[in-house]
Amino acid sequence: MMWETVRQIRKTGIKSENPPVAQELSRLADNQTREIQDEILKVLGRALTIRLVDAGSCNGCELELQALGNAYYNLEGLGIKFVASPRHADMLLLTGPISRNMLAAMLITHDAMPDPKLVVAVGDCAVKGGIFGESYATIGAASNVIKVDFNIPGCPPEPLAILQGILSAVRYRLPR
Amino acid sequence: MILEPVDEQGWLDSALAVAEAHGRLVTLWGRNAGPDSYEVYAVYFDPAFGLSGVIFTLSHEGSTYPDLSELFPSAGRMQRTIWDLLGIAAAGSSDNRRWLDHGNWEKNYHPLRKSNSGLEISELKESDDYSFVEVSGDGVHEIAVGPVHAGIIESGHFRFSVVGEKILRLEERLGYVHRGVDKAFEKYHGIDGVQLAGRISGDSTVGYAWSYCMAVEAAWKCEVSKRANSLRALMLERERIANHLGDLGAIGNDAGFAFGLTQFMLLKEQWLRLNKDLFGHRFMMDAVVVGGVACDIDALGISRIREQCEQIRKEVGTLRGIYDDHAGLQDRFLTTGHVSTDVATRLGVTGLVGRASGIAEDGRINFPPYPYSDLQVNISVAQTGDVAARVSVRFDEILESLRLISELLSNLPEGAIHSLSKVPAEATFGVGWVEGWRGGIFAGIHLDKAGMVDRAHMHDPSWQNWPALEYAVIGDIVPDFPLINKSFNLSYAGHDR
Ligand code: SF4
Repeated sequence: MMWETVRQIRKTGIKSENPPVAQELSRLADNQTREIQDEILKVLGRALTIRLVDAGSCNGCELELQALGNAYYNLEGLGIKFVASPRHADMLLLTGPISRNMLAAMLITHDAMPDPKLVVAVGDCAVKGGIFGESYATIGAASNVIKVDFNIPGCPPEPLAILQGILSAVRYRLPR
Repeated sequence: MILEPVDEQGWLDSALAVAEAHGRLVTLWGRNAGPDSYEVYAVYFDPAFGLSGVIFTLSHEGSTYPDLSELFPSAGRMQRTIWDLLGIAAAGSSDNRRWLDHGNWEKNYHPLRKSNSGLEISELKESDDYSFVEVSGDGVHEIAVGPVHAGIIESGHFRFSVVGEKILRLEERLGYVHRGVDKAFEKYHGIDGVQLAGRISGDSTVGYAWSYCMAVEAAWKCEVSKRANSLRALMLERERIANHLGDLGAIGNDAGFAFGLTQFMLLKEQWLRLNKDLFGHRFMMDAVVVGGVACDIDALGISRIREQCEQIRKEVGTLRGIYDDHAGLQDRFLTTGHVSTDVATRLGVTGLVGRASGIAEDGRINFPPYPYSDLQVNISVAQTGDVAARVSVRFDEILESLRLISELLSNLPEGAIHSLSKVPAEATFGVGWVEGWRGGIFAGIHLDKAGMVDRAHMHDPSWQNWPALEYAVIGDIVPDFPLINKSFNLSYAGHDR
């Protein structure tokens, strides 16, 4: 049994792809992973930790955030990880058109985070209300109720776009 | 499906007849049909007669309709929702707590009343005072979880009453991701509403879009080509496989087997990338449209799918062997999160969770649209109703879907992928029912004479299955909850709308 597992691991090999962030931001050279790690280190002094709050998402954005964890994108290898407690989180990712029923929980989560409290809106819904917009049930864009550092549009944005957005948000707050 | 108008007695008699025939309640919805005119709709399913529906008209504002929750427990939350959305009540129901309305709407605000625009905004409250059922006794304490959960998952609240580690009771509270979908539909033309339908539950976008389209096409008597429907089925089976792959990985992970997550997520990623190449979107959003589909497939696409299916079939076979032989995993899976066939039947549990508890119902067999009417779908049923059963049904269904995809590709009819006849200039109504990966996704769509959506009711199978999760955890320990929950993997967004 163990043997089967090990054989499968060996057969699978290493699937992680080079983070293609560089082309987009046209700044990094060959050793991209290293540079991304350095950059995160420079801003935060350690790994980047993220707390997600689904504030009315259709779950499409969550699927792509989950996909970021697969071996192709190797998120943790870049020094980025999702954490359960907001007290451990540097960055808040928001999805969905901020449903009114989630607003209180979302703000409490934000309050509980230590600085720098980066806030990133993921997906058209959180960025600009998306298909649901503003109504009796939804507030629309996250920026209507909270200061947003960076927007990642898309319905849902693909894993690479999310990764680029997360890194750009870190860069945005980098003291130059 | 014909909707039969009934009076109060007829409403109760029809429900009783279905219950006696061991049928189940599929869905309930209400509608503000005109000034001071309200209707409630009930749709039932039983294997012998298929779908049937009744419609009850309330005599005046403030009047009520008879409670169904005694006969069909799943009716309880649906009736509470009808109250929240429309302000019409089920007479005699024992639970009248609000469900989707968390106190963040104006007092006495019911968004689906036509006098409301849906844009009325009220003061937001910090929290409301929902009364959970309290369990008392020596050493009993409560654990509150959510609405923000630990991982990358949707929002909802679970209230556990426990003694030590043992769960005595679980009460769910949902509605946190309510986005006002039903009201939002009123702004759409019947043709365009599919975009919204496809964003009710992102993991089931194909199933929702197809169900919506089926309803609108039935309402407008629009014939869809065989090729278009075959492509819809191809996408629906791809959606089923994508979700089952993800779930099998996550279930392994929640039982401490990270290897499973890594392996299955790789397969899922490959699967989604091919979706993007062939259908323009990783989850195939907006690929199903009223009148057909938005993209065709060519010979190269067909061979790429075949090649991928063959590879996934092999990999899944290997991984199934590993899961089956892993003593630690099996120890966590077996007997955990048990739902007996009796409980499942009484609760009207449906879809994959139902099949894992011995309920042999699958819309692809019991209510098959073309091409399922021509395919012989082999149903996957397990009897033990535990996590192991839900894992095994998923494995079986992946293999069966791979087989169906192969059949579909071999027999892809020629023809156009899209056609739309003239929209009739009268008020119409149609239903759709599509077996998504979780279970049947029902659509009841009312359109007005201009072709605009008057009322769109889309029902997720999670409505029936959430209450079963409350049963499944009784007597298990708290650390098993994530595993049990994942083995159900119910929809919050689809339920909360
Ligand atoms: S942006 Fe799109 S995928 Fe994301 S929550 Fe909104 S509708 Fe769903």
